[in-house]
Amino acid sequence: MIAIINYEAGNIKSVKNALNRLGAEAIVTEDITAIRQADKVIFPGVGDASFCMKKLREKKLDEEIKKLKQPVLGICLGLQLLCDHSEEGNTPGLGIFPNRVKKFPQGNEKVPHMGWNDTQFEDLPLFQGLGECSDFYFVHGYYAELGAFTTGTTEYILPFSSCLQKDNFYAVQFHPEKSGTVGENFLKNFLEKI
Amino acid sequence: MLKKRIIPCLDIKDGRTVKGINFLGLRDAGDPVELAAKYAKQGADELVFLDITATIEKRKTLIELVERISHYINIPFTVGGGIRTVEDAAALLQAGADKISINSAAVKRPTLISEIARQFGNQCVVLAIDTNYIANRWKVFIHGGKTETDWLTLDWAKEGERLGAGEILLTSMTKDGTKSGFAVDITGQVSEQVNIPVIASGGAGTKAHFTEVFQAGKADAALAASIFHFGEIPVPELKLYLREQGVPVRLAIKENI
Repeated sequence: MIAIINYEAGNIKSVKNALNRLGAEAIVTEDITAIRQADKVIFPGVGDASFCMKKLREKKLDEEIKKLKQPVLGICLGLQLLCDHSEEGNTPGLGIFPNRVKKFPQGNEKVPHMGWNDTQFEDLPLFQGLGECSDFYFVHGYYAELGAFTTGTTEYILPFSSCLQKDNFYAVQFHPEKSGTVGENFLKNFLEKI
Repeated sequence: MLKKRIIPCLDIKDGRTVKGINFLGLRDAGDPVELAAKYAKQGADELVFLDITATIEKRKTLIELVERISHYINIPFTVGGGIRTVEDAAALLQAGADKISINSAAVKRPTLISEIARQFGNQCVVLAIDTNYIANRWKVFIHGGKTETDWLTLDWAKEGERLGAGEILLTSMTKDGTKSGFAVDITGQVSEQVNIPVIASGGAGTKAHFTEVFQAGKADAALAASIFHFGEIPVPELKLYLREQGVPVRLAIKENI
């Protein structure tokens, strides 16, 4: 059973639909016991970092997520909230990854970074078989800086951490649930190889 | 590198896909979910579903359709047509739409843009602008192109961005359905003046039209309907062509082409 953490952030239903298409059983829940007992946990999210951190604290999920021992996959805002700090609303994150989350600088390029972009993946089980056409769908105005736990790098305006990994915590900035067949292959890796 | 997006648009009437010429003369073009799945497999980057019936009694049918799409489709999709309130937008987003597009209602009440953006994020608000070249100016039209407004297209696009729109879907009414090429000039002007992505729409007839709107028109994405629905230009063929022309595009993985 996969638990998808529900904390009033957007985009949760499409994660569940994607897992169902792969034949996985998933529940969307904010119940701490259900999350603790799940085989794997997905921490999704689209929305404002400080608003969503506030929701996590209200639901007492912030401390619980840090204590999880099973594989946890943060998606999009999930990745950013697993970092140490976000400039979006100047909020502390959960601090699993020491990276800081910053706003894309204004310049010639449009912000948010919206659309399909490629990632340089490290040779890890989570990224196996994704192939050369590894474009994933991104939508974000803030990015996680590169660091020791970066496992995938994408370039937009500057190189940033599109994938992070530390112990049982995995995180991606892109939306695998919206990234066509490549995205499904990625989720299948998380279900089967992690 | 960020890729230029190809977006098939499905006009929905009573649960079916239809395509008209210059906003009139509708032809039946198939089941929306079936078509959507085909496009997703072929490598379409996103989909837009535009409900052109959008009467209150049909609202429930649309929401059921959105739920079905969200269940089967693994790429992002936008739903538009008849969204007048935050509640209308919320119902579609909760049914699984990634973005909603608003048009006439935003012109009548611009704060609708900020209300939806505040609650669900800028990224899910697509401001659809129907534009027409009248007396040497690009003007904004509403009500499916029937009513001219006081807005100049450039000004309205900038105001939309300021209010929190995450993207502009710019449809040239003079071009729509004509297959004579996108309105490259106004697309380029809007794309240069706003800092959010611009989707060009209306006029796609040949593969070269897409190169033109991406390169000269600086569009971030291009939307078309009939050339895809009637199989005139298959998505994979278009993308291979664009790649040869030096336009960065995403190719679907081989087994699906």
